[in-house]
Amino acid sequence: MGSCHGHQMCAIAAPEVFGSDELGNATVLIAGDIPAELEGKARRAEANCPERAIIISE
Amino acid sequence: MTDTRKPVESLLTDYDIFEPSFIANPYPGYSEIRESECPIAHTDRYQGSWLPTRYEDVVALAQEYEVFTSRGILVMPPPPGQAEGAYGGVAAPPITSDPPDHHWHRRLILPVFAPQAVAKYEQGTKDLCNALIDEFIDKGTADAAADYAQHIPVRVISTMLGVPFDMEEEFTDWVRGVLENMHDLERRKRSRQSIIEFFLAQVEDRKKNPRDNDLITELLNTEVEGKKVPIEYVLGVCNLMLVAGIDTTWSAIGSVMWHMAQHPEHRKQLRENDDLWPTAIEELLRVYAPVTMARIVDRDIEFQGCPMKAGDRVLMAFPAANRDPRQFENPDEVILDREHNRHVAFGSGIHRCAGSNLARLEVRVALQTWLERIPEFELVDPASVTWAGGQVHGPRSCMVKF
Ligand code: HEM
Ligand code: SF4
Repeated sequence: MGSCHGHQMCAIAAPEVFGSDELGNATVLIAGDIPAELEGKARRAEANCPERAIIISE
Repeated sequence: MTDTRKPVESLLTDYDIFEPSFIANPYPGYSEIRESECPIAHTDRYQGSWLPTRYEDVVALAQEYEVFTSRGILVMPPPPGQAEGAYGGVAAPPITSDPPDHHWHRRLILPVFAPQAVAKYEQGTKDLCNALIDEFIDKGTADAAADYAQHIPVRVISTMLGVPFDMEEEFTDWVRGVLENMHDLERRKRSRQSIIEFFLAQVEDRKKNPRDNDLITELLNTEVEGKKVPIEYVLGVCNLMLVAGIDTTWSAIGSVMWHMAQHPEHRKQLRENDDLWPTAIEELLRVYAPVTMARIVDRDIEFQGCPMKAGDRVLMAFPAANRDPRQFENPDEVILDREHNRHVAFGSGIHRCAGSNLARLEVRVALQTWLERIPEFELVDPASVTWAGGQVHGPRSCMVKF
């Protein structure tokens, strides 16, 4: 998350997947693959990050 | 007061961000520039500036901090004899800082504004909103901007800085003197001076009488690389909290109230669906993004075909970017459950708003509390709503009845 500047728009789109550290920058809350039921939300987080800091790999 | 400004010949070559009709409603103008052959307009007014209007250009500018510096962030140069920077002599870190100092200037205040940290202001914000509503609910009418929105952020910031609510009027006046009335150079100078003097006294007081849970005391005790941070930094942060945290948020709350007064269907949607709030707040921030920032060009460059010179001023019109149809479908429409919303109301890149979690909380609580107590309301007269604009856009008077 090198280019994360703490917009928190990822956590708004997918609160199950993204959280915040004590500086307000994003943290990933789940280890490994994103469960199928959260994939839509995670994709929305990717699409809403103004810094394009989130890249979900296949 | 009669308006002595000369009429705008063409928005593309002569825009005037302080022209009354542009202040009230800048969106048609932004759109005209955005869809023209030259989506980056230029004006010679107020000593000259460039105005990019496309999302892509605005974001590119915000990201290129080495070329587009934050030595000056106001859309008009300071009065003669004063240095650049939000307040000349006293800066407003981190907003007026450039790297390398920007990094620690920002790093130190981030924990104050993280989501977990601002959550503790929720109840207090709700209480103060309720107290404001108590004042007018029996009258059946109120000014949603001047009686409500205007008082919320200034009280939240006063709480954070540990200063009494009775400074509210002065704070509001100073902030407006600096941000909204910057073309009145005398007022701008006076306001700046008042802010410095007030916080210098506060800092002196905290040095003698340190307090618990107090931001100014905490900042005074902060060390960077083994050394206490300079007083100028502490003063600068106090200054910043006023200029970055008050006018901006109050304008956003005001615009949201103005919108809701005219859209019963949106009030209904929010009442019936609690899950809608997070996307709804982002959408309202997108459409009514209040803040435009400036940058100073560091060296001669060509940006998207525009020959920019060292020292030129460039406006980052986030409100224009947020309504670019290349980035947002039906950009002028408020869609409370909009899924794809990469808006830049809070900017982009290294300076992006550090206070956004607090701002979101204030906007949400202000609207939620109002809707709980006053579910149905409408504008008294749409034509009587007055606006501030230029660098910060929002209603200053907005009478509603209920
Ligand atoms: C809806 C309300 C708000 C909006 C739209 C807003 C917008 C912005 C924007 C666009 C920037 C970028 C400035 C630039 O690129 O030069 C910014 C920076 C900043 N804002 Fe906000 N702001 C809001 C509320 C607040 C609040 C409540 C605070 C805190 C009290 C705050 C603190 C800051 C700080 C500290 C920065 C500078 C960050 C840096 O330079 O690293 N803002 N804001
Ligand atoms: S939306 Fe992007 S920049 Fe913002 S917190 Fe999430 S990852 Fe970081």
